[in-house]
Amino acid sequence: MTTTQEHAPNPAAGDPGRPIGFGRLQRKEDPRFVRGKGTYIDDIVLPGMLHGAILRAPVAHARLVSIDTTEALAHPKVLAVITGKDLQALNLAWAPTLSADVQAVLVTDKVRFQGQEVAFAVAEDRYAARDALELIDVEYDMLPPVIDARRALDPGAPVIRDDVEGRTDNRIFDWEIGDAAETEAVFATADVVVAQEVVYPRVHPAPMETCGAVADFDPIDGRLTLYETTQAPHAHRTLYAIVAGIPEHKIRIVSPDIGGGFGNKVGIYPGYVLAVVGSIVTGKPVKWVEDRSENLMSTSFARDYIMQGEIAATKEGKILAVRTNVLADHGAFNATAQPTKNPAGFFSIFTGSYDLQAAYCKVTGVYTNKAPGGVAYACSFRVTEAVYLVERMVDILARKLDMDPAELRLKNFIKPEQFPYANKTGWVYDSGNYEPAMRLSMQMAGYEDLRREQLEKRERGELMGIGVSFFTETVGAGPRKHFDIVGLGMADGAELRVHPTGKAVVRISVQSQGQGHETTFAQIVAEELGIPPESIDVVHGDTDQTPFGLGTYGSRSTPVSGGAVALVARKVRDKARFIAAAMLETRPEDLEWEKGRWFVKGDPSAGKTIAEIAFGAHGTVALPEGIDGNLDAEVTYDPPNLTFPFGAYICVVDVDAGTGHVKVRRFIAVDDCGTRINPMIIEGQVHGGLTDGVGMALMEIIAFDEEGNCLSSSFMDYLIPTAMEVPDWETGFTVTPSPHHPIGAKGIGESATVGSPPAIVNAIVDALAPYGVTHMDMPCTPARVWEAMQGRARPPV
Amino acid sequence: MQISMTVNGDEVTREIEPRVLLVHFIRENLGLTGTHWGCDTSNCGTCVVLMDGQPVKSCTVLAAMADGHDIRTVEGLAAGGTLDPVQQGFMEEHGLQCGFCTPGMMLTARALLDRNPHPDDTEIRQAISGQICRCTGYATIVRSVQWAAAHPPGWDTETGAGTDDGGAGGAVAEEVTA
Repeated sequence: MTTTQEHAPNPAAGDPGRPIGFGRLQRKEDPRFVRGKGTYIDDIVLPGMLHGAILRAPVAHARLVSIDTTEALAHPKVLAVITGKDLQALNLAWAPTLSADVQAVLVTDKVRFQGQEVAFAVAEDRYAARDALELIDVEYDMLPPVIDARRALDPGAPVIRDDVEGRTDNRIFDWEIGDAAETEAVFATADVVVAQEVVYPRVHPAPMETCGAVADFDPIDGRLTLYETTQAPHAHRTLYAIVAGIPEHKIRIVSPDIGGGFGNKVGIYPGYVLAVVGSIVTGKPVKWVEDRSENLMSTSFARDYIMQGEIAATKEGKILAVRTNVLADHGAFNATAQPTKNPAGFFSIFTGSYDLQAAYCKVTGVYTNKAPGGVAYACSFRVTEAVYLVERMVDILARKLDMDPAELRLKNFIKPEQFPYANKTGWVYDSGNYEPAMRLSMQMAGYEDLRREQLEKRERGELMGIGVSFFTETVGAGPRKHFDIVGLGMADGAELRVHPTGKAVVRISVQSQGQGHETTFAQIVAEELGIPPESIDVVHGDTDQTPFGLGTYGSRSTPVSGGAVALVARKVRDKARFIAAAMLETRPEDLEWEKGRWFVKGDPSAGKTIAEIAFGAHGTVALPEGIDGNLDAEVTYDPPNLTFPFGAYICVVDVDAGTGHVKVRRFIAVDDCGTRINPMIIEGQVHGGLTDGVGMALMEIIAFDEEGNCLSSSFMDYLIPTAMEVPDWETGFTVTPSPHHPIGAKGIGESATVGSPPAIVNAIVDALAPYGVTHMDMPCTPARVWEAMQGRARPPV
Repeated sequence: MQISMTVNGDEVTREIEPRVLLVHFIRENLGLTGTHWGCDTSNCGTCVVLMDGQPVKSCTVLAAMADGHDIRTVEGLAAGGTLDPVQQGFMEEHGLQCGFCTPGMMLTARALLDRNPHPDDTEIRQAISGQICRCTGYATIVRSVQWAAAHPPGWDTETGAGTDDGGAGGAVAEEVTA
């Protein structure tokens, strides 16, 4: 089913402006944020708290010769200086990553990227901790670095990971999926084949709040309370238990208000571990908050994929097959946060939204002397790279065939009757109806008029471009049997308690970084139980207060935790039926549900509201056998499949022929995320992602020089769109519910970040068509666009 | 050294190290954590406060430079429990998600509306162009400020009518010009 109907507020609730359940609703978290009363990591102050700061390596590859901390320790306000040697004594110098590798907490043998952690100073205040870093004397023995991923596997390339016994090169993995022979057979006989190298440069999520932690270790009962900027508090607790040997029941992780995450706050960073060590060593709470340069230089980057793409089609424009060979730069440690069986994340959805005969890809991961990471920045586990590749290739094919890119897409979409659709790389798309979304975006854009305007402008020598992209995501990992992170299955729990007066508290395992979970999850309970969202508190971000689950990333909160919350509410509703029956002295099967109450079939006046039932459950009503005296429930939701949101995006750009400056004039985004819980929040998620897209397409890149110096280590060099670089977004939607999700919702958090970069780049390449440009790599800065216009387009890395 | 200033209408005097930044003075010496820090280089604007009614980036102002001046932070936006229309506007129009850039954005918006009560969208975008938001994509921030422009201090949320005598919010405007 596809509709464009929005969920209306429920007038039966007596307040038509405030929905009981789904609909536009102001956020429950906003009153504290607009008053400046949020509690972010740096707002946490504990009695006696000390401050830590990290000394970082100034070079990319060097042997550590010596560290002298004498002077730093003599500073009157400095309490401790911790080095790799100290951590070795505690067996904490190396920690496991989220990808079955290890990462140095502090350098013991050699530096492997610029900005790597070398020493940790703990002092009485923030300024003194920084002073201490100036007093630490480190001697390095320089080594030649590996910066260009294309050279990482050269014979004789310096071996970065000589800490791993027997390692003789910089190869991390080779991974392939799809049928190579079948794909080759299709390519061999196709009318048209086009090939293009497509580079998705290294970028960074750069949330406004950097990463940080406050560690409070109680030596008397051995209990660790760790406040940290984490999107996955439960997974962190388990990992700390494994790494540090602190029993898991003695660890409490608190993730307070998070000032943006976008995947940057999934991993465990050395700074978090160092705050813990600092607290153990000093016996006092220790705060560590990184500065912006530390954030950009050392925490999880995103992308860095060099993709050789090929697409095969008939001369009539029927796309037959896609294949690609990818070189993936993972930096100095393989620390990508992704499911164990998916070393290239969910890149294998590079088959896109099209009905193909064959597909194949091979991904080679390599080490370089750069910061570790790779899966972040709202990428849905590398769906970003996949969508960018296929949507660029389809556009290049359209140019080759002299076909309109929208028409080419319409011709090749998977048809509604083909769902559930098994693609050639093992995914089963749950539901989709692509053509109406594409048509709606074209209608909103006035596509035909735009093409006419473009023709007129071209005759005048003006460069206007229209870019189209159509994406299908795979989000909501996932079925436990297929997806785990370091062995932890990707399911999520929810607990719901309805208090005697009918007010409720729902406890969830996922953690908001601004997505509005306190509102959305209250609305799900409200929809299922018929009590108003303001009567439902959402508790999250504290492992002592919430059930186990894997956290928020990969757009999984609504697909996984949203399912858990809907099901736990239904469990409460089912229990309420038995209690209502007892109260009404009838049989449960004689009762009928309407939003908010159970009533006797055929006698609507005889009924009990959830609040009445809750009081009954906690009161003196004689409860049926097997029914506990409360109105509580808990579930763990293991989704049967992922969900597959999709969308159609159209971008209009104007390029200054004299300077190469690109202006995004219009952007039309039609998204289908299945059932829509709060349209206001959905629109906000889309707007934010579109802005990410403008950033990546036009200005963002983490660049390095030949020696491995990071050239994008502050916001003066790592450019992010301001209000001046983005248009007033035009959004629309269709609704194709997920058939297997309890409420049909699919997830929306990353769709626009995934879908927008190809639309923008396609628009720019379209604008540059008079110059014969068929491809250019991001970021499309004025200088690079101008070079492309001169026939000198070059990859960014 | 000793410095004194007015912060949200209160006189404060503190002994500080000369090198202390205004953002750290506000957050750590005064405990007003609504002002955030984000970049060190004056690019992100999450640390914006009003100094004598003008937006300044408090990460690049020494606390000593604020000696004798009037500082207003997000904690000083609401007057007597009544939200500034800018605060209300951000809630009405979803002008915030993670909330981290929000205090700075709201203070800049307040300063803009004080000098230009009816800005067009471009003027709003220009006013906030020194500040970064990673969540909203800015359109809803523009709408939030327009909401505030359409509901000036004294707007009666019950009757939907504006009043000329300033009402609870009037005190806010006086505070800025004082």
